[in-house]
Amino acid sequence: MLKVQSVTKTFHPGTVNANTALDNLSLHLKNGDFVTVIGGNGAGKSTLLNAIAGTFSIDEGSIVLDDVDITNLPEFRRSAFLGRVFQDPMMGTAPTMQIDENLALAARRGQKRGLKWGMKREEQERYRELLKTLELGLEDRMSIKVGLLSGGQRQSLTLLMATLKKPKLLLLDEHTAALDPRTAPKVLEITQRLVEHHKLTTLMITHNMRDALHLGNRLVMMDGGRIVLDISGEEKKNLTVSDLLARFSAASGKEEVSDKLLLSK
Amino acid sequence: MNFLLTFIGTLPGAVTQGLIWGLMAMGVYVTFRVLNVSDLTVDGTLATGGAVCVMLVRSGVPVGLAVLIAFLVGLLCGLSTAFLHTKWGIPAILAGILSQLALYSVNLRIMASKANVSISVDRYTLLISQRYVREPSLCNPLFVLIILTVAIIAMLYWYFGTESGSALRATGANPRMARAQGINTDFQITLGLMLANGMVALAGALLAQYQGFADVNMGRGAIVIGLAAVIIGEVLTQKIFINFALKLLAVSIGSIVYFLVLQVVLQLGLNTNDLKLISALIVAIFLALPHFSQRMKKGQNNGGKKSA
Repeated sequence: MLKVQSVTKTFHPGTVNANTALDNLSLHLKNGDFVTVIGGNGAGKSTLLNAIAGTFSIDEGSIVLDDVDITNLPEFRRSAFLGRVFQDPMMGTAPTMQIDENLALAARRGQKRGLKWGMKREEQERYRELLKTLELGLEDRMSIKVGLLSGGQRQSLTLLMATLKKPKLLLLDEHTAALDPRTAPKVLEITQRLVEHHKLTTLMITHNMRDALHLGNRLVMMDGGRIVLDISGEEKKNLTVSDLLARFSAASGKEEVSDKLLLSK
Repeated sequence: MNFLLTFIGTLPGAVTQGLIWGLMAMGVYVTFRVLNVSDLTVDGTLATGGAVCVMLVRSGVPVGLAVLIAFLVGLLCGLSTAFLHTKWGIPAILAGILSQLALYSVNLRIMASKANVSISVDRYTLLISQRYVREPSLCNPLFVLIILTVAIIAMLYWYFGTESGSALRATGANPRMARAQGINTDFQITLGLMLANGMVALAGALLAQYQGFADVNMGRGAIVIGLAAVIIGEVLTQKIFINFALKLLAVSIGSIVYFLVLQVVLQLGLNTNDLKLISALIVAIFLALPHFSQRMKKGQNNGGKKSA
């Protein structure tokens, strides 16, 4: 389904700041895979997601999605196949536009945008029903500006927008990391429900080891721009956090796991 | 009493100028507020619009067609800035300054190397002229301008409600989100800059007719007047004008208020050489208003909860 093949990306090449964020990395996803990605700061997790999304061009390798080579497609064209939710709740929505307007924009992802009216009446009914499923009361406030919503509400809305038009691949970049501890589980729950309902192939970065173990059918751990662990199926189900830490030390050759990893229980 | 009479006497002129510049300011609104880009091309574009219109009318082209062509040339001015910005990666403000500078030479070329070309309402049929500004007849420029203003607000309102217009708004509101939703943001920025400069050139064509000449310097400081109109309009109406069409109307109102204030200041004894200084001051004051009102609010809240 998704074939990331031997991808390398170096930022600031030829300078003292040269940083190889992705190092000959390969990752293949099967249809319906829900992969959680963990790793310390600077491991290249976000870079991997952004490479797939086309935020920048990669130096070497190829990215193929459903037999379409998207390696050289500009970001906005790839978006036709991708649903994305960012870490920053401000990133995924247009703050000065209404809730329903944001949804209408997302409903047209990958379509030509012409001179037809931007939102049909029957769409609004559909959005109202969809917003109800979030259980945040947003269905009664569809005409308020998204800028007035809380971080959790925005991320939930962004999730809805990312899946409104079924994407081939859902990319979640630590989308609960910036939320308060009470909101984060709620957004994760919505994530899980949407992924299961639409049977989405998903790549989710997280800093939270428990979430990484609890969610999805496959777990990938990154370090230094490479994948150092790839666990799926039964093996993943039986894994504990301490197993994971031990496997990480063994795989990466590092005695200690980075602070950030330890901090997130 | 005398002061008041003189002021009333200058009212029609101020309102008419306000409406012309209001059209220009709506172009500024499209870039500054909708697209979130500060476009400085407009100083050049305004003169380009005037120059194109005047030269065409003088060579026998019907005035309506001349205005239309001025609009189209304005689109090209926007395109050049958009090209420098999106294809060559030059920051928008710099790209605008470069276009503006280049346009100065272009404008002189258009006007056959003359800095000033006149167009008399006695010899040519014009849409509007300063001469009839006090006449209570259909020749009065107010009629044409009000119709144009309403028509352009209606068209912009319609366009920004369409799928294409929504994509443009999203690009201004959050370009990363727009790209994630499959919107070609470079294309939208290009579209917005073209549209805005087209409107500015249209205003330039009208201004040249109104004052009876095109001048290579007529656009100097235009961006400041445009911003003034946008901001004054917002400050005066933000509580009551929520609808997009009303927000555009507010720009026109802001422009009229600007020219009224200018009139008063001039009557207080300052001369026309001081105009640019006064303009800059008026804009600075209105730009600062939101800042100071926020500070005031913070001051009041200090004892209680923190403001968000």
